[in-house]
Formats: sequence, structure tokens, C-alpha cells
Amino acid sequence: MTNIQQFTKGLIKENPALVLLLGMCPTLAVTSSAINGLAMGLATTFVLTFSNIVIASIKNFIPDKVRIAGFILVIATFVTIVDLVMKAWAPPAIYNALGVFIPLIVVNCIILGRAEAFASKNSVFHSLLDGLGMGVGFTLALFVMGSIREVLGNGSILDIKFVSQEAKTILMFVMPPGAFITLGFLIASVNKLKKA
Amino acid sequence: MSKKLESSFKNMVLSLFLISVVMAAALGFVYNTTKIPIEENDKKVVIDALKLVLPEFNNDPTKEIESLDKLQIYPASLDGNPVGYAVKTYTDKGFSGTFWLMVGFTTDGSVKDISVLQQNETPGLGTKMKESPFKDQFPGKNPETFVMKVKKDGGAVDAITAATISSRAYCDAVQRAYDAVKDKINSKGESEQKGGNND
Repeated sequence: MTNIQQFTKGLIKENPALVLLLGMCPTLAVTSSAINGLAMGLATTFVLTFSNIVIASIKNFIPDKVRIAGFILVIATFVTIVDLVMKAWAPPAIYNALGVFIPLIVVNCIILGRAEAFASKNSVFHSLLDGLGMGVGFTLALFVMGSIREVLGNGSILDIKFVSQEAKTILMFVMPPGAFITLGFLIASVNKLKKA
Repeated sequence: MSKKLESSFKNMVLSLFLISVVMAAALGFVYNTTKIPIEENDKKVVIDALKLVLPEFNNDPTKEIESLDKLQIYPASLDGNPVGYAVKTYTDKGFSGTFWLMVGFTTDGSVKDISVLQQNETPGLGTKMKESPFKDQFPGKNPETFVMKVKKDGGAVDAITAATISSRAYCDAVQRAYDAVKDKINSKGESEQKGGNND
């Protein structure tokens, strides 16, 4: 696999949210608007990239029996850093909307999954590319999902309203059932895309 | 590729200990760098809300803060004359648990304006409490005469369609804020009247 492929495989072919079906909790829960999906995706990308780099560089110093504990320590550190940095510099509205889901990145299966399946077996540089690719793929999936739900459910995109205040929108799409329906259609589309 | 460390007791303890030390140091550094911006952010949120819900004031209400149970009362004054009170109030009857409001009262006890500080209500339903026409019902109303309950419960508030629970909780929070400042406003009013009689 070439370097470029290490990066691009996360976008469609092995998209973590829509193909590997990892990290479903944030995928379903925070994508009620495009901006929330984007912010969550970027936060996850940051954690994923840096934890991949660190884990790939210390993989030989962690004895096998305690590797999961070691990985979680590294991941939890980066998640706490993201949490503090967002609290300090992100717009309060976004921080409030993502709320509990930022600390929960610690237990996001994508991150531990990539650490275990990729970073602990590959070089630092390839792990960096893998983390970035998977992160961008995840961000893309969450952003598309958030956009669809915001357009259909709230009549707006990136908080810009394009229907009148009184217009009826399909409220279901900003609620949990809408998340499942949107996810289903997206997975189906990606499957079709992969076959084509 | 060099060989992995053997899983002996000494190696396991040592490697986990080293990782912990390095990560704790990194966290300590980030915590110290972000500490001040985070405190400023928290303060800014409160001050922005105060500016929104209070009449014009030029004191620093965050310095004269009074706490009552979980509520916080910010007295506002212009050139030393009290112009109103802002109350940071909450309700735990929301559709998704507790939410926090900042309610501003003028000295006669009527609502000046209300700002939502923190909430987890359903997007597109409960979150409409931040938008017109729901929020426009409150400014200028005095909870003494304006029954702070949704119409379904015999009150005067038009609930948000499909979000009666959120509307009900909102009223609960405003009523709680009013109860907290009621005594202040009434005692102020009486003392002012007495002063008037002396003149």
C-alpha cells in the first residue's frame, strides 16, 4: 500500500463511520446540525492522529499484557487536552452542544481500534497518515450527516436559515429516529459507491 | 523492527509508570495554559447574559453577587441607584434534565429579558425557547400578575408546540428566579414609599 493509499483508504473504502461502522455513538448523537458534526469530527481527528503517532512510536516499549492500558492512557490524555483547549478557545455554543461527547472520545472505538489494529503494528509515518485519513473520513461522514439532518429537520445549513421562521420542517430528522434513517441511507449510498 | 519488551512484572509497572508521568506532565502544561482563558470565558458568558437581560447599568454585578441555594443574584445599579436584579436560575424539570437561565428583573419586579445560559433540550423543539415568539412573551410581564405557567396548567404562557415540558420547565425556572428576588423588590418598594411620605 502506498503512502497516498494509507491516507485515502479512510475516506471512502474504509470510512470508519459508514463502512467499518465504528464510533456509532457520536455519529448518531451529535449530528443534529452540520457544525456540530464538523466540530466533533475535527476533535476526533486531532485525538486519532496524535494518539496514532504516539502509540506507533512507543509500541516497542509497552509490554503486550498492558498494551490496552497504555493505549488508553495516551488516548485519555489527548482527549483531555482537546476538552480543555475547546473550553478555552472554541465558541461556547459549540462546546455546549458537544458537551459530554468530547470526554467520551476516550471510549470511541475508532481510536482504540486504530491503535490496536494499525498503529501498534506499523511505522510512525504510516500511522500518522492512517490517523489523518480515518479522521478526515469520520469528519466527512459526520458533516454530511449533520448537513442532511439540519437541512431536512431545521430548514437551515450551518445555522443559516433558508426557509421562513414559520415554515414546517421535518422535525423528525433532528431527533434520534432521523439519525438512524439518515445513517441507513448514507451506508447504502456508500455501499453502492464502492461497488461502482 | 526491534523486539517488544517482555511482559514481566517489572517491565509492565515501569512502562505504565513512565507513560503516566509523561502524560501527566503534558496535561499539567495544557491545564496551566488554558486555565486563564477558560476562567475568562466563563466570566464573559455571564457578563454577556447580564448585559442582555438587565437595564443599562455601570456597576460590576459579578462583584456584588449573592447566592441563595443554587441561585445567584446579581444586583445592577446605574450611578449607585439600583436599576434591577439578574438571577441565574435553573430548573430540573426540563425534557433532558436541568437547564440554566439568566432572568433580569427591573426594580418593580417585572421581567426585563431572559437569556438561556445552558440547555440540552431537543433541537428544533425545546430549543425554540431561545427564539420568538416564545421568548417575546416574557419581557415587561410581572410574575405577580402574569401567572408563570403554561396555558394547559391554567397560566398565561403560550407553550411551544410539541414542547410543553420544556415550556413548563422554563416557567418553573423564571418563577424560581422571581421568588428569589421578590422579597428584595417588595422591601425596596415599601422603603421607597416611606421615603416619599417623609418628603
